[in-house]
Amino acid sequence: MTCDNEVPVPEVRAPVRRRQFLTFLVAAPVLTVAVPGTAEAVIPTLPQPAEVLDLGDVLILAGTPTAGALAVLSVGEDGVVTLELPRAEVGQGITTACAMLVAEELDLPLGKVRVTLADARPELLMNQLTGGSNTMRSVYGPVRQAAAAARARLLAAAARKHGVAVERLSTKDGAVILPDGRPIVYGLLTSAAAQLTGTFAAQPKPAEEHRLVGTPQSRIDARAMVTGQFKYTLDQDVPGAMPTVVRRPPTINGSVRSVDSAAAKAMPGVLAIGVVPTGVAVVAETFGQAMAARDALKVTWNAGTIDALSDKEIRAKLQAAALPFVVPPLLTQHLDMDFDFAFVSHAPMETNSAIADVRDDRAEIWAGLKSPIVAQQTIAAAIGLPESAVKVHVMQGGGSFGRRLFFDAALEAAQISKALRRPVKLMWDRKDDMRHGRARAASHHKLRATFGLGNVLTFEHRVASVETDFRHGLGEILTATAAKLPVGGNLSFAQTVFLTTCKVPYNFGVVTSLLNEVPLRMHTGSWRSVYSANTRGAEEILVDQLAKKMGKDPVEFRREFLKTARQRAVLNKVVAEGEWGKAMPKGFAQGIGFHDEYKSCTACLVEIDARDPKNPRVVRATIAVDVGRPINPRGLEAQMLGGLTDAISTTLRAGLHIDRGLPLEGSYSQFHYARQKDAPLDVKIHVMPATGEPGGAGELGVPAAVGAIANAYARATGIVPRSFPIIFPVDFEPFPR
Amino acid sequence: MPTYTMIVNGKPVTVEAPADMALLWVLRDKLGVRGPKFGCGIGVCRACTSHLNGAEIQPCVTPVAECSGQEVTTIEGLASGDDLHPVQEAWLEQDVAQCGYCQPGQIMAAAALLRTKQEITDEDIDRIANVCRCGTYFRIRQAIKSAAAKM
Repeated sequence: MTCDNEVPVPEVRAPVRRRQFLTFLVAAPVLTVAVPGTAEAVIPTLPQPAEVLDLGDVLILAGTPTAGALAVLSVGEDGVVTLELPRAEVGQGITTACAMLVAEELDLPLGKVRVTLADARPELLMNQLTGGSNTMRSVYGPVRQAAAAARARLLAAAARKHGVAVERLSTKDGAVILPDGRPIVYGLLTSAAAQLTGTFAAQPKPAEEHRLVGTPQSRIDARAMVTGQFKYTLDQDVPGAMPTVVRRPPTINGSVRSVDSAAAKAMPGVLAIGVVPTGVAVVAETFGQAMAARDALKVTWNAGTIDALSDKEIRAKLQAAALPFVVPPLLTQHLDMDFDFAFVSHAPMETNSAIADVRDDRAEIWAGLKSPIVAQQTIAAAIGLPESAVKVHVMQGGGSFGRRLFFDAALEAAQISKALRRPVKLMWDRKDDMRHGRARAASHHKLRATFGLGNVLTFEHRVASVETDFRHGLGEILTATAAKLPVGGNLSFAQTVFLTTCKVPYNFGVVTSLLNEVPLRMHTGSWRSVYSANTRGAEEILVDQLAKKMGKDPVEFRREFLKTARQRAVLNKVVAEGEWGKAMPKGFAQGIGFHDEYKSCTACLVEIDARDPKNPRVVRATIAVDVGRPINPRGLEAQMLGGLTDAISTTLRAGLHIDRGLPLEGSYSQFHYARQKDAPLDVKIHVMPATGEPGGAGELGVPAAVGAIANAYARATGIVPRSFPIIFPVDFEPFPR
Repeated sequence: MPTYTMIVNGKPVTVEAPADMALLWVLRDKLGVRGPKFGCGIGVCRACTSHLNGAEIQPCVTPVAECSGQEVTTIEGLASGDDLHPVQEAWLEQDVAQCGYCQPGQIMAAAALLRTKQEITDEDIDRIANVCRCGTYFRIRQAIKSAAAKM
């Protein structure tokens, strides 16, 4: 029997009896709590965990006991103020944003602030992790507090030196201004200020007095980068540290059975060869010679950990793992959709690399590290030294996107240095970085929405993902160990991350999102926006299809069901600026997506040229973003631009094929991350005015753009994409294993 | 082992190296010229892009023997002292760099393009195949257009 009510009949006709339908409709509001400010017509959704407490809140809470020790500031006699930041800069622009906070509080020109990355500081416990879009959220308070305290000390020193009351002094342009207008530069006061005893009460400026924070500023390290002077890990000279590469197994987690290194040893420039847990290390005078000798090694291998698995088997495991829906489809009109997302390499331009100098009684490590404390603790244990004897320097990284949460290169370099008894400069080849590095876990998504009388009644999302490795914990050994426990362990860590990051921003009645993970022994890891790119991306595609079924325009539909006025303002901004609904030539279309996470929200509107459905291009993008309080709008726009490019890549062409225990892709000619020819010709990003505290920004840009691009593709071609990336042939000859 | 003499960033240098050694390792490991970055080793990411007699090359796939007696320019040699090349200036103006790792190669590719062509179209820019994993492409596009307008 089919439903005979007035709402449009669903394509999949479900046998719905009227009485059950009505009962359900009446019952639904009883289960919900009205949230102030929500639209009345829609059926409100209970706050999801991520709305109450998000991952960033968790990280801030974990860091609260050590927040007072976070920012180490020094005022030099040259007037330069240095902030030692216990976070990793990998391109997000946090050093610039932090420099702005310091300059603001100290009334200092931005050019007088230097930001360095702190070595591993185990006393910070869980407060030296760079992730969860959390840097500016977690340092906004502590860095301003530290700078305000420094200013108070400089004022007190000037007051004592010149015999005037502190209240009669002010600061400007890096100097204390005496009542008669004379400036005393900070450099002349720093020594006296350092000798003052006692504490100096100081409140950071109220935000409305900010003159620098909130204005667009260029990166403080840009000139070094465009002149080639900027030093990444391998650009440094550490005495005796020679180029080192590793021959790796033909499948993930394989190990060395036997090595014949006779030919390799005789090659020019070769200095040392040795077996380590991950393969065979070769040290040479140049990387070219090290790689040539590596290729000349004759190695036999033990099996890896996923040798029997290819994409087909993994996909079947995921489809079987998706948890069942709660709401049966027979109650009302419904829409079911499912989606698959491939593995995606992090593929930062700077491959995994590290320098290590391990001696009998001490060790020193240099690498781009987002969790340096647990790196230090793990390396110390691995090479048999006390933690205090291992010095870990955090280098600025050439990209990360989550990759450098893991310190495998640093650990491997330390093991090689210990085994070969010499300092080493370790570089992973690109092929190894893609095949034996980390990847975003593949996932399968099942979604079901039920609707009637113009409302969405229920919304269910079942995510089945290959286990995402969180064994870096919160950056130190305790939580990292907890994440490694066999019971609970990584899977419960994953649940927490999922629940504290992914939330449906719409009033869709009863909403449930559940994650189930399939543990496979391969190298995964958080990839910019962790679960949200796939989870929220899939939801935004379903939202478009739901709107269509309910006879509504995608924008009107979102406007009606979004939960807050702030979200609607962002949507409205992008709709107006991006000219939603304008006439498009055949084969072109607009698409829209929305995302809310970490106290921030964004909408993305793209135009796609899909005249050839096999060769689509996003030609224009408009983005609106509200992060509560943008510190550096220019940096924020850069993050949103990066998120957009990530979405273009992973939605249209970039992914990894797993074939018998190894990714086929081994370089950028095979892993199709976007190039200039794939990038939009026009991008406009609108930053909404500041209203509160800073929200997250680093990962925000990806999920809305994933939805927008997929929706635009569907509207342009009539084909609703279900498997990502959409264009995903093996169009290359894979490198030999 | 043979020796090769060439001009690197305006200065004559002589190095001892196997003939097939990639110029990238001669620059980075023998001469300490670290502006050109390793990204792939097969000439597809183009992070090492530099100039040979003013034209674009990828040093990771250019044998040192081919550079004998030639003029090699890396990102370090693009500016004239403290006076940046217009492409570098445009990169600062547009605040292009994020992680910055690919940008020496991007800048050298753009500079090579602008040497041969004054009227730059979007199609010309699309042909620059250097990978930027941070996804700064739109700012790169704007920077190239800005540099072209000023040159």
